[in-house]
Amino acid sequence: MYRSQKLSLRYFTAAIVLFGVMILFGLLSALYYLYPSMLFNVFNFSTSKILHIDTLVIWLLMAFMGAVYWYLPKELGHEVVGMRLAEITFWVFCAVVAVVALVFVFVQYGSANEFTLWFINQGRKYVEAPRWATIGVVAVMLVFAYNVIGTAVKARRMTGIMWVLVLDLIPLLIVYLDAFPAPTNMSVDLYWWWWLVHMWVESTWEVLIGCVMALVLMDVMGTSRRIVEAWLYIEVMLVLGAGILGLGHHYFWIGTPRYWLGIGGFFSALEPLPLLGMVIHSIYDAGMHRMKTANRPAFYWITAEAFGNFIGAGVWGFMMTLPQINLFSHGTQWTVSHGHFAFYGAYVCGVLAVFYVAKQKTAGTEFLDGRAWKWSFGLFNFGMIGMVMGLLIAGMAQAFYGRAIGGSTLMAFTQASENPWFIAGMYARMGFGVIFALGYVVLVYDLLTAPRRVPAPQTPMEPA
Amino acid sequence: MKVEGATTHEGRAGLDMTDPRFWRAGAISTTLVMLVVLAFLSVDSMRVISVGGAHVPRYDVVNRHIGYQYDWSRREDVPVIGAPEPLFGRTLTEAQATALVREGKLVIQSRACMDCHTFFGNGAYYGPDLTKSWLDPAWPQIWMPMTGKPTREEAMVAFLMNPDQYPTWTRAMPNLHLTEREARATVAYLKWMSAVDTNGFPANFGKTQTQQ
Repeated sequence: MYRSQKLSLRYFTAAIVLFGVMILFGLLSALYYLYPSMLFNVFNFSTSKILHIDTLVIWLLMAFMGAVYWYLPKELGHEVVGMRLAEITFWVFCAVVAVVALVFVFVQYGSANEFTLWFINQGRKYVEAPRWATIGVVAVMLVFAYNVIGTAVKARRMTGIMWVLVLDLIPLLIVYLDAFPAPTNMSVDLYWWWWLVHMWVESTWEVLIGCVMALVLMDVMGTSRRIVEAWLYIEVMLVLGAGILGLGHHYFWIGTPRYWLGIGGFFSALEPLPLLGMVIHSIYDAGMHRMKTANRPAFYWITAEAFGNFIGAGVWGFMMTLPQINLFSHGTQWTVSHGHFAFYGAYVCGVLAVFYVAKQKTAGTEFLDGRAWKWSFGLFNFGMIGMVMGLLIAGMAQAFYGRAIGGSTLMAFTQASENPWFIAGMYARMGFGVIFALGYVVLVYDLLTAPRRVPAPQTPMEPA
Repeated sequence: MKVEGATTHEGRAGLDMTDPRFWRAGAISTTLVMLVVLAFLSVDSMRVISVGGAHVPRYDVVNRHIGYQYDWSRREDVPVIGAPEPLFGRTLTEAQATALVREGKLVIQSRACMDCHTFFGNGAYYGPDLTKSWLDPAWPQIWMPMTGKPTREEAMVAFLMNPDQYPTWTRAMPNLHLTEREARATVAYLKWMSAVDTNGFPANFGKTQTQQ
């Protein structure tokens, strides 16, 4: 095992811990909708929500970094350059996250001045972390970029996948610089904030997970490099071809010019295409290899990723993206439904596959299977689909009663939130959220226990 | 599998769709074209959304009456900037208004308003959207009588300083300990923001009578 792969395992461990924290604050946030007076004035919804969405970003980022540290030496046949620095950075990253979380929990907010923005809370969704911590994350990302690029230079070798990965790190870092400013003008603020949020989630992360998927497919199914590279380029072409101007679907209502309604609508309607491509790719590969794999949990999660990305990000996104619908669906629980499904399908399923690849290696088994992972797979998927449906019903009630009929005032908002469909949706989300959390418990159990020695099947398995 | 015809037309031998390099060229060129288009559109958008641009008023708009009316030529609601109507009864210079609205933004970030509310529909969905909250009929109908204040802006200040004392339903706003100065700055921010042209979002605001 390479030294950088040991670091990967540390990143995966930290990611799984933060995944748990995210679920915990997700459950708490859901509970406020049912018991609004809970912890009132002590620990408010906003703090719980910040912890829910910020841990989401950080644990996925850590898992991506772990995945890159895992595959980098394997791809380039060379130990990662600057490992000592990378190991120190890991602990710095953990310390930054811990301090920020403690400040969020115990200090929560500050007065209207620059001190608050530097040391307590920046109050911009997803990038609430104070500026000092943002500098810390930039430093971590710079070391990460140095590791990747330095290794490629030292190894005097580059693969297509590594090229895509390196080039993808550049915009990933540049747009993150928007986590610092605090423009007074909300339109300008949101304009650049969306460059950060959209370009991360709907562009650079999609490319990153495309690279990770390519590597995992080669690993667990032995797909040829030529095929995964051709598919990766097709995916990049479609993801960025549709996604860069698909940014326009965030520019419908923030004060921006009218032409964004047409441009954003058109290009975001194209955004499901690359995701459909990934589904075709994975079915094609699975068929080519007659679903024969050395690592069943990783194979199932990578397949779930393909479908989840297409349905959660693609279909659920398309459903609410055209401006005629978005005028009413924007900023309701409908968005939350899409957000949950997309993050889960596009990213969570993908990194879970990588966790199982790492588990197989550390366990040193030829063929990885078992019973616990199936329970976790089932509970996660069942819990997520249930949450997404509950949120969708609640969001549609808000869009129709609160927005289209009610006219979006405080009273319309209140009445839509008291609509029986909304309330039923919130209870469903809570219940299925608990099921999702059970999936997490089984996942942790499964990853921590040594696998049973299962003999590899001698004959190729028939497709289910 | 080769592209049909690729073997018969020698000149097209380079067009092999199973060759990753073919798609690499496609990925690079597509991305560059889209980035260039985005750069041009962003320059133009900045012109429109800068303060004083076609869609975003100057901060001293807080000295004026602001309405939100259906425009038949555009088929959507648009903000209407009307007669002088100074905020808190005092006409501000542009510099004073800018400083006040700027402080309002700092209040909004320091209290993480966006993690319960939405601005232009962006943020969290626990509280109502604040895009047009300056114009919300709840201020004159509910909070002016509740706080006993004679004007909309004073009722807003009273509410923002002690929201937990003036709840309208079970999901109430917590007390975030705004000073009076901070509350007034926030009100100025919300008044300015209600004058931004948002392409008709939200639709029908305040036009529909909802029943209790």
